[in-house]
Amino acid sequence: MLAVKHTLVALVEDKPGVLNRISSLFRRRNFNIDSIAVGSSEQPGFSRMTVVVRGDSAEVEQVRKQLDKLVNVVRVSDITYVAIVTRELALIKVKATAATRSEIAQIIDIFRANIIDVAANSLTIEVTGNEEKVDSLIKLLRGFGIREVVRTGRVALTRGNA
Amino acid sequence: MKKTGAQILCESLVKEGVEVIFGILGGSVLPIYDTLPQYPQLRHILVRHEQAAAHAADGYARITHRAGVCLATSGPGATNLVTGIANAYMDSVPLVAITGQVASPFIGKDAFQEIDITGITLPVVKHSYLVTDPADLAGVVKEAFFIAQTGRPGPVLIDIPRDVQVNEAEFVCPDKVNLPGYKLKPRVNAAQIIRAAELINAAERPVVIGGRGIIISQAYQEFREFVEKSQIPVVTTLLGIGSFPENHVLSFGMLGMHGMAYANMAVQNADLIIAIGMRFDDRATGDTSTFAPKARILHIDIDPAEIGKNLCVDIPIVGDIKNVLTTLNKRIDIKEHVAWISQINQWKHEYPLVDDREDAGLLPQYVIRRIYELTEGKAIMVTGVGQNQMWAAQHFQYVEPNSFVSSGGLGTMGFELPAAMGVKIAVPDSVVWSIAGDGGFQMTIQEMATISQEDIAIKIAIINNTALGMVRQWQELFYRRRYVDTLLWNPDFVKVSEAYGIPALKVTRKAEVVPAIHSALDHSGPFLIDFNVEREENVYPMIAPGAGLSSILTLPKVSKDSSF
Ligand SMILES: Cc1ncc(C[n+]2csc(CCOP(=O)(O)OP(=O)(O)O)c2C)c(N)n1
Repeated sequence: MLAVKHTLVALVEDKPGVLNRISSLFRRRNFNIDSIAVGSSEQPGFSRMTVVVRGDSAEVEQVRKQLDKLVNVVRVSDITYVAIVTRELALIKVKATAATRSEIAQIIDIFRANIIDVAANSLTIEVTGNEEKVDSLIKLLRGFGIREVVRTGRVALTRGNA
Repeated sequence: MKKTGAQILCESLVKEGVEVIFGILGGSVLPIYDTLPQYPQLRHILVRHEQAAAHAADGYARITHRAGVCLATSGPGATNLVTGIANAYMDSVPLVAITGQVASPFIGKDAFQEIDITGITLPVVKHSYLVTDPADLAGVVKEAFFIAQTGRPGPVLIDIPRDVQVNEAEFVCPDKVNLPGYKLKPRVNAAQIIRAAELINAAERPVVIGGRGIIISQAYQEFREFVEKSQIPVVTTLLGIGSFPENHVLSFGMLGMHGMAYANMAVQNADLIIAIGMRFDDRATGDTSTFAPKARILHIDIDPAEIGKNLCVDIPIVGDIKNVLTTLNKRIDIKEHVAWISQINQWKHEYPLVDDREDAGLLPQYVIRRIYELTEGKAIMVTGVGQNQMWAAQHFQYVEPNSFVSSGGLGTMGFELPAAMGVKIAVPDSVVWSIAGDGGFQMTIQEMATISQEDIAIKIAIINNTALGMVRQWQELFYRRRYVDTLLWNPDFVKVSEAYGIPALKVTRKAEVVPAIHSALDHSGPFLIDFNVEREENVYPMIAPGAGLSSILTLPKVSKDSSF
């Protein structure tokens, strides 16, 4: 079977150690986490977590069921094959000189990214989108010399009432 | 009224119906121990090593179906519990492990005897708590017992910093648990029941594999009704022993690596496997790619994550076995499988289990068989791990639920002695035998002192082959009899036992076996027998590790080198 990227979203109790329980379970069941993003949800006391893992469907279903058994996990679903919206945020610090600054600005424009910090010899750029978009912006900026990158990892929600 | 954390803990334990706690003291649990005398309902058994506290609580829990409780101090006390907690986790045993922790201000400072025990035990607990406020304690204890004892049972750890034990809070006992993420007993899917019944009614060569889940669910009646109505032959897993009376005409023993040849042959020739409360462990299935090749598989288990974990099943039913069988029993036809059962009986006839050979000296099988006969099969056998465990499983006919207590999933040598203590304390009127290997016995031998101090009247049989027998057997069969450090020098176990205040006998010949067992049974207190058995006796039948259930070794063969 095919190992593809799966997106799992989980509603979890906001209690100490929950993130540790979840990441430890992935490790123990022999899964590598591509990305994990956690933050508060619409319900006070509960967080929503988006986890991206690679595996075939049966393997991922097995780990999903194991996650669902954790006492602090209220609900967890594999939303890979349902209609979803996904976004990732990245901050990119890129070298910029008087000569390259306007060229960079043009690229950023095309990607609807923003410059959020300007320094004498660098720019910090904020970009939001799916991972492919973030990847391609990073690729384009590489020619100018990237100093630092930080990415949030994927966050996802199902579309409409799904 | 305000109470200290330690008092709240004890009050809560009493409320949960706890009768006995196994533990050892230390700096971080002194406030709890100092409080214990205020609660005489809570009997404390002082063990000699924390691992034994966990195993004793485990044995107690298996018999009573209620959470066993163990208590240890922070640091080394807590880490010593880990093997016992893992053992309970692997065998789905309800356990509440309570550990002291250094006082809150010291946490994270590498203080004396500070260990992150919630972190260490994370992969082997069903759930765990680090309590930060005495006001939370009553709720935590209630949740811990609820989680440990419901659904698929398992161990829960409660780590309590010293200051939380000392500080005061209002004692309010919550009447409900608030566990939004805890999914309890799933509703049984009616459509699956109908499909399952159709398969069962249509099957010509069905076999039931009974697992420990039947015992946990206490579904013996329902299980028996299912089997008798459908006339389906039963085999069990190691831990499924006792789920169905082995003296029943439909019982065909244990399957798996050291299962009866006829049990494995039944599985391999079945057209339908009905797996109930078992998890397709590799020791039961052998190579899964050749497991039950002609059969469809129906899997009933309470844990949805067990479905499809080790092999693909045709029909899964998720639910409590008692509920599932109650519903299923209404749907299945009264049937007969005369030809199929006589076929299995034929195999049983061709490949019988033998417990003695004319030419042999004292055989371990012979010892187990005599214990069976002299206790009229009514003893509770608590085994070690290795050959002694397999012989105890094979040569004693288990009729009652919970008459066989063994470390299945983790295979923990040394489980037998402390677990037998827990069992005996749970059912003081039962005859409890601890069946030990001479290797494993020395892993928890210190509990002889606990047994003496508390006068726990268990009977101890050391199946002494002066070897780490099971490993020696593997070296013989798969490593060309190259014995690397599997042959043991042992102390005089009779003297050791007597030094611990426990009378003992050494047995070296067949003729001495029966009188020795009589002496043990007639003695009112604990008693030990050191059975000096043949060193190179092997457990058969055997499926080589990694092989399928059809490749049964029944005779000692010297085989090729192998790499496992
Ligand atoms: C704690 C632990 N260590 C090591 C093993 C590996 N092991 C499995 S069986 C066995 C030999 C057991 O020897 P003994 O207790 O004398 O029992 P026998 O097999 O001879 O009956 C060993 C070392 C184990 N199961 N548990």
